Amino acid sequence: MTRSIGVRALVLSLVILAVFLAAWHIAVSGGGGGGQAVDPEYARLVGAAAATGGQTPMPGPIDVGKAIWKHLSDPFYVRGTNDMGIGIQLGYSLARVLLGFGIAVAVAVPLGFLIGMSPLVYRALDPFIQVMKPISPLAWMPLALYTIKDSSLSSIFVIFICSLWPMLINTAFGVASVRKDWLNVARTLEVGPLRKAFTVILPAAAPTILTGMRISVGIAWLVIVAAEMLVGGTGIGYFVWNQWNNLSLTDIITAILLIGLVGMVLDQILARLTRLVTYPE
Amino acid sequence: MARSYISIEGIARRFPAPEGGRTTIFEDLWFAMERGEFVCVIGHSGCGKTTVLNILAGLDEPSEGAVIIDGKAIEGPSLDRAVIFQSHGLLPWRTVLGNVSYAVSSKWRDWSKAKVEEHARKAIATVGLTGAEMKKPAQLSGGMKQRVGIARALSIEPKIMLMDEPFSALDALTRGTLQDEVRGICRNTGQTVFMITHDVDEAIYLADKIVLMTNGPDARIAEIVANPLPADRSRNEVHKHPAYYPLRNHIIDFLVARSRSFAEELAQPGKVWNRRAPPIVTPGAPDTPPPLVRAV
Repeated sequence: MTRSIGVRALVLSLVILAVFLAAWHIAVSGGGGGGQAVDPEYARLVGAAAATGGQTPMPGPIDVGKAIWKHLSDPFYVRGTNDMGIGIQLGYSLARVLLGFGIAVAVAVPLGFLIGMSPLVYRALDPFIQVMKPISPLAWMPLALYTIKDSSLSSIFVIFICSLWPMLINTAFGVASVRKDWLNVARTLEVGPLRKAFTVILPAAAPTILTGMRISVGIAWLVIVAAEMLVGGTGIGYFVWNQWNNLSLTDIITAILLIGLVGMVLDQILARLTRLVTYPE
Repeated sequence: MARSYISIEGIARRFPAPEGGRTTIFEDLWFAMERGEFVCVIGHSGCGKTTVLNILAGLDEPSEGAVIIDGKAIEGPSLDRAVIFQSHGLLPWRTVLGNVSYAVSSKWRDWSKAKVEEHARKAIATVGLTGAEMKKPAQLSGGMKQRVGIARALSIEPKIMLMDEPFSALDALTRGTLQDEVRGICRNTGQTVFMITHDVDEAIYLADKIVLMTNGPDARIAEIVANPLPADRSRNEVHKHPAYYPLRNHIIDFLVARSRSFAEELAQPGKVWNRRAPPIVTPGAPDTPPPLVRAV
């Protein structure tokens, strides 16, 4: 019993995965075969898939594994607007998220600084923030489509609006709760306002600001899938919707897995950055 | 009459009270300090000691009155006055060297990085922290953190040092060592020091003058005790001096009883007390008047 907890956790994880895959495999293969008889006229109308049994069978883990392999072995092909590699689709989604998130950072951090520094601005803007924050970002979509008149830009706007609030609130909170002692140190050293902002307030608030960014990027990645399902064209959300229309469940499951993985990577990157600026007290 | 180096002239500090109106922490406070003097202020919590220090530092403003230093009224913080904070006030994301360098580069903005570092290293060496320059505050003990705070204050070569209970969070042994060091540094450099403390022995060992403040609200400077002990006193010999116990008892009597009942003391017939010139007493000196007196 000298194995570390990490090794034991890994073994347990693998066991859980194996049990899950086995259960999935058994559940799917058990129900195979038969299906109701179908009117041949109807079968001719709806096509081959329906003719075999009326239902697309739920794919098993092996089918999905094959689909994942197929997608990952050629992720960047382009064969027309509705047939692009999954890597390209993820790339579109990532680009939108990073663009919308980047613009949100550029707005939220300076504005959050202002709100955090000035109790007046804080009180003046608080009602707006409180009302805007709980609005589902997708509710902005029709308005964005109407004013921007471009579906891709609209989805970037939706990402912007949903990543804005957590960063704004966290930045304001981080800036407002910088220890009075540290500000007094800057004051007794006659440090100017700009130098104070960069040498005292920013490093002191950085962990809180980055935590806000981490929350924001998580939300943005959740929202982009839904937004792309709405606006269509490109992106992993559109890919999922398109494969639903194709009744290709293996592709949908592949996409779901990849969405999860990319989201995890984004989260881990920001977690690393947060650790980098965190200071022990 | 020539003005003193530091002259606190009739300052008051009032805060809005929770139930309307204003609470007066203190008012019409007068006090003067000479260049090179080490002054300790003793009083119970809430008497406004820290407020006085913050006003001297320029971090707070008096509601009335003014503080004049070297002929000029204080307007905000200045690099001429260094503050040593009770909670050390080090920036935790900077190293020891980074913290001291920050102060040095704030004072001499046109210095090169190398010159700033060299000067900061000198200040760090003064407080005996050579070798710890690259450590972060979280890696230091409480005493070492406070040393960095002292090094930072010394590094900008201030005209006045303001210390707000700098040693109160330290264990007795570390406190003793640091008191010795601060006393040595201040005597060698002729530093003017204004220090707040709760520790009677600390005040006796360090101070030339001990300011006794009554309890707030409406706190007053009851007396100024001139320290009768020799200037070259040593920590181990100080309690053998004949004036030591009279001095210590006088201060403790004040803290235990008189700080609370000073208003009644003033009401006694024949008691003369002037806000603008609080009596200077020297307990233990041959001609000491008994404490509850008298026409000056």
